[in-house]
Amino acid sequence: MRNVFCKSLVAQARRPDFVFLTGDLGYKALEPLRDAMGERFLNAGIAEQNMVSVGAGLARTGLRPWVYSIAPFVYARPFEQIRSDICLHGLPVVLVGNGGGYAYGVMGATHHAIEDYGVLLGLPGLRAYAPAFDSDVEAMVTKLFAAAHPAYFRLGLSELPEGAEVPPYVPWRKLCHGGGATVLVVGPLVGGILATALRQDEARRPSLWLLTELPPEEPPTEFLDDLRRSDHLIVVEEHVAHGGLGQMMACALLESGRAPRRFVTRTAAGYVSGRYGSQKFHRSESGLDAASVATLAAGGE
Amino acid sequence: MSHENDQCGNLYCRARQRLLQMHFESGVGHIGGNLSSLDLMLCLHHKVIGRDDRFVLSKGHSAGALYVTLWSLGMLQDDDLKRFHKDGTVLSGHPPSRGIDSVPFATGSLGHGPSLAAGLALGKRLRGEPGRVFCLTSDGEWNEGSCWEALIFAQHHRLSNLSLIIDLNGLQGFGTTREVADLGPLADKFRVFGLRTLEIDGHDPLAIREAFIETAGGPTVIVATTLKGCGVSFMENRMEWHYLPLDEDQYRRAIADVRQACEATTTGRIMRFDEGGHVLPAPHRDVPLAHQELARVQPKDLGGRRA
Repeated sequence: MRNVFCKSLVAQARRPDFVFLTGDLGYKALEPLRDAMGERFLNAGIAEQNMVSVGAGLARTGLRPWVYSIAPFVYARPFEQIRSDICLHGLPVVLVGNGGGYAYGVMGATHHAIEDYGVLLGLPGLRAYAPAFDSDVEAMVTKLFAAAHPAYFRLGLSELPEGAEVPPYVPWRKLCHGGGATVLVVGPLVGGILATALRQDEARRPSLWLLTELPPEEPPTEFLDDLRRSDHLIVVEEHVAHGGLGQMMACALLESGRAPRRFVTRTAAGYVSGRYGSQKFHRSESGLDAASVATLAAGGE
Repeated sequence: MSHENDQCGNLYCRARQRLLQMHFESGVGHIGGNLSSLDLMLCLHHKVIGRDDRFVLSKGHSAGALYVTLWSLGMLQDDDLKRFHKDGTVLSGHPPSRGIDSVPFATGSLGHGPSLAAGLALGKRLRGEPGRVFCLTSDGEWNEGSCWEALIFAQHHRLSNLSLIIDLNGLQGFGTTREVADLGPLADKFRVFGLRTLEIDGHDPLAIREAFIETAGGPTVIVATTLKGCGVSFMENRMEWHYLPLDEDQYRRAIADVRQACEATTTGRIMRFDEGGHVLPAPHRDVPLAHQELARVQPKDLGGRRA
């Protein structure tokens, strides 16, 4: 997804207001962007607090800065700079976090981003974007250049099942219809769940929905229809429960009187065994792997 | 006395009295650090900063001095100052995020200003816009690692349109800067970075103006030696005036001190007296600016370490 991201930004490189700041990352990935942007591509060094505040300063002069690093280094280390310098002023800075969730796998917990959007969405005006497939990235980049608010862009790995076709990017998307539970997933994690669902009978499999922008806007009518029919919602996200989509949906559905009879969340459980491994390993430990989600959707634990 | 000096004298003393009045009427502390930075802000705004320039107050707890400076420019009114620190005010205890055009950023958490100012300066350069960016920090603020991140960035990118000013009053939240985390002599640290660094008396308007006349091939750092509580005898160099508001008796005595200083000044510089009525010397290293330029550490002096 990072290469598609780079390509999408290269397409915008001629915009005179576009500035890209990296926290000394992007080797063998962002060189085309560096070459296309010249002096408006800055390696700000390993100094994320400064980089984020510089981004705020640039935005104050009317420029459109994108600030890039491995996810935790761009949202956790400089949190106060995001809060006080960007969000209090509603500046259109895009924070790009590479490696959402457990994407950095066995590199270890310091490189994981499992509480990123929960932490950030408490800030005024900020919206989070979690593209699920490579094909989402260009549309999202275009949308963000037109946006007037602070944004967090959570990059992961596209897991589009072979041969599968998905609708073009909109924030809420239905990926397959089924007679079972309604399953709502954030970001790239949906790929494996979709692959499993497509192998099941339509009557038994879940109606699978994908959300790629947070906090969620009003769901489409078709989602609410699925919810009424199934009376069973499962929210799945590679993110801790606290501040996650599950809590947001529970609140929204309760407040609007649409709460289904069965409501289940499946979230990142942290480091269950205390051991480290691939993204797949950590997903499995949290019950976020496609087989576990399928079991859950079929009524199991 | 020249006409200009006369104007300076009036301005600096009038603003000092208005600051004390505002803090007294609102029952607000932080007076010491406001009085240490007031002359710097007044002189910068009246004599240096032009239409294309920007100012970032990184030591947000000196918001009172900034508001009074903007009042002295006619950009805030008496009615605005009367609402300082009150419910529904725009003039919060630290600069607000919106509501005053000349305040580009809410500040108050220390260590943000230098990076914000570097971003503004870089933005101006990338957009081909004229003007300079000035950022006033405290001295204790340089405990914050982010200040040094900003310094590295500003120097690396040779942001010649950026000036950092340090209000070196020697006192911070819970002790002297020497006791808490001794960085002295602070100016030498900046010189080792290869920055153009000047040391001035932060209460001498003529010295302040002179320091800002030139820009260099990179950012400039002005280390301005100041007195916390400057101009009010019982506040000077006393840490409690980082926090305390004034009672009525203290307010009267403070105003009397400032009036005495006003009558004595010939340059705008606040005159200070000992108990015997003798004029006290300026609190800065008395080295002419030209000599400081010559003494500056040249990049080549750092040899291979610079690579």
